[in-house]
Amino acid sequence: MSIKEKDKQSVDEQSNPSKANQQFDQEDMKVISPWRDSFRQLRKNRFALFGFGIIVFFILLGLLAPLLTSYSYDATDPVNRLQPPSAENWLGTDDIGRDIFTRIAYGARVSLQVGFFAVTGALIFGTILGIVAGYFGRWIDMIISRIFDILLAFPSILLAIAIVAILGPSLENALIAIAIINIPIFGRLVRSKVISLREEEFVMAAKAQGMKNGRLIFHHILPNSIAPIIVQATLGFGTAILEAAALGFLGLGAQPPTPEWGAMLASSRAFIQLAPWTLIVPGVSIMLVVLGFNLIGDGLRDALDPKMKN
Amino acid sequence: MQKPILEVNGLKKYFDIKGGVFGRKIGEVKAVDDVSFSVMSGEILGIVGESGCGKSTTGKSILRLIEPSEGEVKFEDQEITKLSDEEMRKLRRNMQIIFQDPYASLNPRHTVEKIISEPLLIHGMKNTKERKERVKELLEVVGLSGYHASRYPHQFSGGQRQRIGIARALANNPKLIICDEPVSALDVSVQSQILNLMEDLRDQFNLTYVFIAHDLSVVKHISDRVGVMYLGRMVELTDKDKLYDDPKHPYTRALLSAVPLPDPDVEKDRMILKGDVPSPSNPPSGCAFHTRCPLAMDVCKEVRPQFEEIEDNHFVACHLYGPAVQ
Repeated sequence: MSIKEKDKQSVDEQSNPSKANQQFDQEDMKVISPWRDSFRQLRKNRFALFGFGIIVFFILLGLLAPLLTSYSYDATDPVNRLQPPSAENWLGTDDIGRDIFTRIAYGARVSLQVGFFAVTGALIFGTILGIVAGYFGRWIDMIISRIFDILLAFPSILLAIAIVAILGPSLENALIAIAIINIPIFGRLVRSKVISLREEEFVMAAKAQGMKNGRLIFHHILPNSIAPIIVQATLGFGTAILEAAALGFLGLGAQPPTPEWGAMLASSRAFIQLAPWTLIVPGVSIMLVVLGFNLIGDGLRDALDPKMKN
Repeated sequence: MQKPILEVNGLKKYFDIKGGVFGRKIGEVKAVDDVSFSVMSGEILGIVGESGCGKSTTGKSILRLIEPSEGEVKFEDQEITKLSDEEMRKLRRNMQIIFQDPYASLNPRHTVEKIISEPLLIHGMKNTKERKERVKELLEVVGLSGYHASRYPHQFSGGQRQRIGIARALANNPKLIICDEPVSALDVSVQSQILNLMEDLRDQFNLTYVFIAHDLSVVKHISDRVGVMYLGRMVELTDKDKLYDDPKHPYTRALLSAVPLPDPDVEKDRMILKGDVPSPSNPPSGCAFHTRCPLAMDVCKEVRPQFEEIEDNHFVACHLYGPAVQ
């Protein structure tokens, strides 16, 4: 192509600026919703995928426990106690001869349930209180915020112990205690997000159009504050499991023979030198699950934060 | 003479300053301090002033997006500051607002379709198909296309977003639109497009605008009458031509002399103000402008000048034109 022709072509291209714009503005341009965009971002994050893999592994382990092992989690076998890992007992046996792999698999059910219900409870109550405090402000905010301050002033595990001491030691009560101590964490997060969103122009615009409070909250404020809530919930999952294990370790959570990982740690700590696997296996399980949730949480935070988009 | 569609009388908005251990009130910011004006049906009233003078607060107080502390706002002879939330909510379809920042004023999680159809839905258009038609119609009215409806705000440029904001404001055929610096966040080339669009829409739909801006040339271009604000007070209000040709208030004169001329050879006798705008939490006594006014007199320090009509349709709050001098 001669230079002249080239020039002519470029002139042709530039002669119609509106046409030039059209190439960026076509009818069939893909619509990218902010949620899908975040999801795509998350899929690119290898650490988050790794974390997701760990959690899926433990979920499957819990769900398929009856198929994966022929032992029962509370069947004792005093003859074969404190056996090291072998073909018979994949991860060895504990001090009264129970198969550790079986107990870990069933324990995954317990831990994930505790995490799920404690986080869901804290999330629901924390979000409601946070929205009420942040949106309506004034004295109602004053009261709710002071309650949060009081709850946060106690070391969380101490507060959980106190609540369990009042309600009596059981898995359900441990779950309630963990939910309660996590409420102010969600509540304060939501409250601060709502306060900042309330002043945003698009919320003011919604008000200017004549929307009622309910629509304003559920269509405009809540969808825009959901991202940090999701992140906190994922990270909170890990903490809740850790707290449940701590309560179990102290004997305030799940009662024997429930295969709770924290309780397993506690009952085997006397044999740390004799049979270290009895301690290592539940310890590593707790660590892996918490790590998995933290990795997902970090990934979600990066994916949902518009400022970190690349 | 047409009847006013909006009358503002003695509007005040004081924000409390809280401090100390128990959050006691330790002062107040007088963001809007006794502002009065009226807007005729079909006219464009410009309000200018430097940042922090209370022009946006005035606009938002009129719509009760910020509750006014005192004063009355009459919309079509109806006093609206005393209306209940529900009555106010219903009235909002007649008075709308266009915001300054098109990046902040559209919900990032909603499609354009939802953004524009929501005001229709809440004011009673329940039929989904009808709403879709109306959204398409509105998008075309503001110079976009029907196929833009399924996209999200982040897929548009600033000017396009502002068009969406305008379409949203127009959705329920309002009578009055408060324009809160609608073009100051846009490129100059896009500004004129949006201004022309707004003028066309005014003619097409018989709208009334209160046009808030800090750009004097923008206000001159679009307004019929212009009000000048300083430190929460209206200092001058008159027809556009009178204001730009024969400004009375020293502050208006200073403001106009600061407008740059495109010809570098023209020598202009500029009136440069000294110092900064005083804090609205502790405004000067008497006339708020006396600390910077080159023509200040003794009376200015003590008595707040009345906002009076000194010529036909020319209101000024300045002692130079009051009985003290004449």
